[in-house]
Amino acid sequence: MKLIFEKSVEGRQGFRNPRSDVGLEGEIPLKYRREKDCPLPEVSELDVVRHFTSLSQRNFSVDTHFYPLGSCTMKYNPKFTETIAAIEGFSNLHPLLPQLNHGEKLVQGALEVLYDMERLLCEITGMDRFTMQPLAGAHGELTGVMMMAAYHKAKGNKKKYIIVPDSAHGTNPATAAIAGYEIVSVNSDENGVMDLEELKEKITDETAGLMVTSPNTLGIFNSDVDKIAEMVHAVDGIMYYDGANLNAILGRCRPGDIGFDVMHINLHKTFSTPHGGGGPGSGPVGVNEKLIPYLPISMVDRRDDGMYYLNYDYPGSIGYLASFYGNFSIILRAYAYIIMAGGEGLKEVSNHAVLNANYIKERLKERFHLAYDRICMHESVFSASKQTERGVHAIDIAKFLIDQNIHPPTVYFPLSVKESIMIEPTETESKQTMDQFIDAMFKADELSQQQPESFHDLPKTTPVTRPDEVKAARDINTNYFQNT
Amino acid sequence: MIPYISNTENDVHDMLKVIGVSSIDDLFNDIKPRHAPRSFNLPEGKSEFEVVEHVKRLASKNATDLILFIGGGYYDHYVPSAVTSLVSRGEFYTAYTPYQPECSQGTLQALYEYQSAICALTEMEAANASLYDGGTALYEAVMMAARITKRDKVIMDGGVSPIYRKIIRTYTSNLNYEFQETPVVHGQSSREEIEKLLDKDTAAVILQNPNFFGTIDDHSDIVEKAHALGILVIESVYPVALGILKTPGAMGADIVTGEGQSLGLPLNFGGPYLGFMATRKKYIRKMPGRIIGQTVDANGKRCFVNTLQAREQHIRREKATSNICTNVALCALQSVIYMSLLGKHGFKALAQLNLDKAEFARQEIEKIEGVEVKRSSPTFNEFTVCLPIDASVVVEAMIDKGFAAGFPLGRYYKGMENYMIVAVTEKRTKKEISDYARALREVLAGAYCNTPVQDV
Repeated sequence: MKLIFEKSVEGRQGFRNPRSDVGLEGEIPLKYRREKDCPLPEVSELDVVRHFTSLSQRNFSVDTHFYPLGSCTMKYNPKFTETIAAIEGFSNLHPLLPQLNHGEKLVQGALEVLYDMERLLCEITGMDRFTMQPLAGAHGELTGVMMMAAYHKAKGNKKKYIIVPDSAHGTNPATAAIAGYEIVSVNSDENGVMDLEELKEKITDETAGLMVTSPNTLGIFNSDVDKIAEMVHAVDGIMYYDGANLNAILGRCRPGDIGFDVMHINLHKTFSTPHGGGGPGSGPVGVNEKLIPYLPISMVDRRDDGMYYLNYDYPGSIGYLASFYGNFSIILRAYAYIIMAGGEGLKEVSNHAVLNANYIKERLKERFHLAYDRICMHESVFSASKQTERGVHAIDIAKFLIDQNIHPPTVYFPLSVKESIMIEPTETESKQTMDQFIDAMFKADELSQQQPESFHDLPKTTPVTRPDEVKAARDINTNYFQNT
Repeated sequence: MIPYISNTENDVHDMLKVIGVSSIDDLFNDIKPRHAPRSFNLPEGKSEFEVVEHVKRLASKNATDLILFIGGGYYDHYVPSAVTSLVSRGEFYTAYTPYQPECSQGTLQALYEYQSAICALTEMEAANASLYDGGTALYEAVMMAARITKRDKVIMDGGVSPIYRKIIRTYTSNLNYEFQETPVVHGQSSREEIEKLLDKDTAAVILQNPNFFGTIDDHSDIVEKAHALGILVIESVYPVALGILKTPGAMGADIVTGEGQSLGLPLNFGGPYLGFMATRKKYIRKMPGRIIGQTVDANGKRCFVNTLQAREQHIRREKATSNICTNVALCALQSVIYMSLLGKHGFKALAQLNLDKAEFARQEIEKIEGVEVKRSSPTFNEFTVCLPIDASVVVEAMIDKGFAAGFPLGRYYKGMENYMIVAVTEKRTKKEISDYARALREVLAGAYCNTPVQDV
């Protein structure tokens, strides 16, 4: 398909600006002006609409395809939250208004959303306060780890290491490094949870904290989590809960009750805001009393007269993590989703997410090697090891599924399982859809026995087939204009 | 049950049977009674209708009919309907990060087009596929410059958004960077002060154009001096202004970042926004965030993929260029649709229109007695106004007349309590601007009458 720039025809216009009604022309001295006009395409509105509509049709999405992408919680995104995000009273609100004198009066509705949302997230997670500022999960991690660092600094603790399990998301070690900590990794034991003996050895007085995803990326809830918290707390370490997999435990367990001091939530996973093809996300961070003094500013608080306001009076705060108050319209969508679901609804979410994951796990395990054969939470991890012996790898199975109109599960993550296939159906998928997926997986297994070589030129039904990634990295072309 | 769960009672029954347990509760046995919630006291679920009504009620508590003359890096531009309509396609907004290129060509090609448009706008060679927002993008640029130069001193111009500068300081507080801030003179970067600080330990100079006061500059001379000492120049820009302004690429900047909100994104009370970043091709491997590259498929057909992933956290883990994972792909898509619609001529005309309206507003405001519009250097669509009294008081009074009159500078610049910055976009009509000037005159006249003892 042509690029929008390649569709450009001189003189064509896609938009009419308002006519100038001020009767004068502003001037800028020549030395401050650009020499050549910006070479944006010259296309009509219809050209633009057809172009981007055609592009959209070259995507898989939750609205069009089953998307069992492990660890990403690709659940259905209810349409009404889009209606809510478009309400003009919010979408046209300028973020600097509350920074004017008594400006909080101008944005009471927005501040109420942030205030209420904080209380809802506290109740869901058992934490004491939340900041809404972090703009994505990894941004939340950074916020949390910076608060951890501030805590240790305030207490005069000499800390150097953050411990992460080998099944951790890549963002955990990357975050810890940016916050100035070194990483210590702990392996999983034969049950798929952190090896307690190894952990014991690795916890020292210099341990700043432990970052855990729970359930972990193998879909397993570690029953020893409270014991681990005790061990970490014994050296005044901080327990960090990576909320990427919160979808599994709503109403069943709250991180704040089982020893976690700080956590982030990916609103775009558990609370159903759309993934947008890779963002925007939102990663609110919750803390218990220990870390409240270090929360980023501003916080939304309420005065005795019921007025909401932005409170900057947190002298121990780590400072400003984002320009404003978070990805507001994403928070608003998640807020709407939570109050729609209510407490019971959220419990149903986890119940069915876990039920669906176990159903797939149980059915698939007769053909695919299950990394840990036990009840799982919201996702399970298989290995394509049997198929690999026949020359068919996890990536081949992924490409096969694309031809079956199914978005592939996550492959090659977590790193601790070879040829891993990580499947998270979420609560919104029906048994019929999952059965189709299981049939497709079985078909892949049969084909791996009969015609293993047939996988190598899959997928065949998509607009393009397997890309040459080596060429992409070698003959770098990331900009149309560099090559014209 | 909430309407987004498909399982019927029969389904549940059948599935439990396959799994070999008798109830859903049995699936949660790893969560022991001692892990149970101490409380889970949430309101009862609501219908969609009830939630929409509730949120509309909340929205009505915001001051939504103010006429906006407030900017500060975030502007009230018109968003064409085609932009909103196209990004509302489920195939775009309910897709995930394009890790499987064959079934993500839509997102991938759009992001490649976005990167190209950002390069065209800035006259740089390589852009990434987006970062969270303008402020965090600038922080990432600082980290990138430090990685490239292996130096740790950073000079920040006082004209760089104070909001961005605060973010940078927060982020780097656990790392060993030394920051020095230089003052703004006659609205522009102080050459004298910056040159004094340039040395072989300096990683980067951060500049902004137009700067927070709205002033336009040509930083070519600073770039030249910095480069002579191996120092990189980071330029934070306002994209709409680049429709007519000299580009950071032409000035020789090494890393360019900016806030892309004005490229077709609603104000949304602070987000989601769009952080963009572009650089020289030679630094592409040091750039954070996703990068989309063109390549060919097995049949030789053009296609697009996530490339240079070895820089990223999911591969490099603690050695990654950044911890960023989710970015703001949908906002990037939104902006490239916007830029495509406006097109080569429309985009330039939009910039000129902003300039014209702002010039008209300047002239109107200048006529008011006791008010001085700072004119020592040219401006784009935002300018600094000096009032005879505290600007925050004036702006507050202007709210009652229906205007968000500007952003008072005293909050971020000590000693500038009587100053405010005023932004005028293409949406402001001649009548609105004239009404604004009249209202401002009245407010100031009132202030003189009502508060005879003013400390001016």
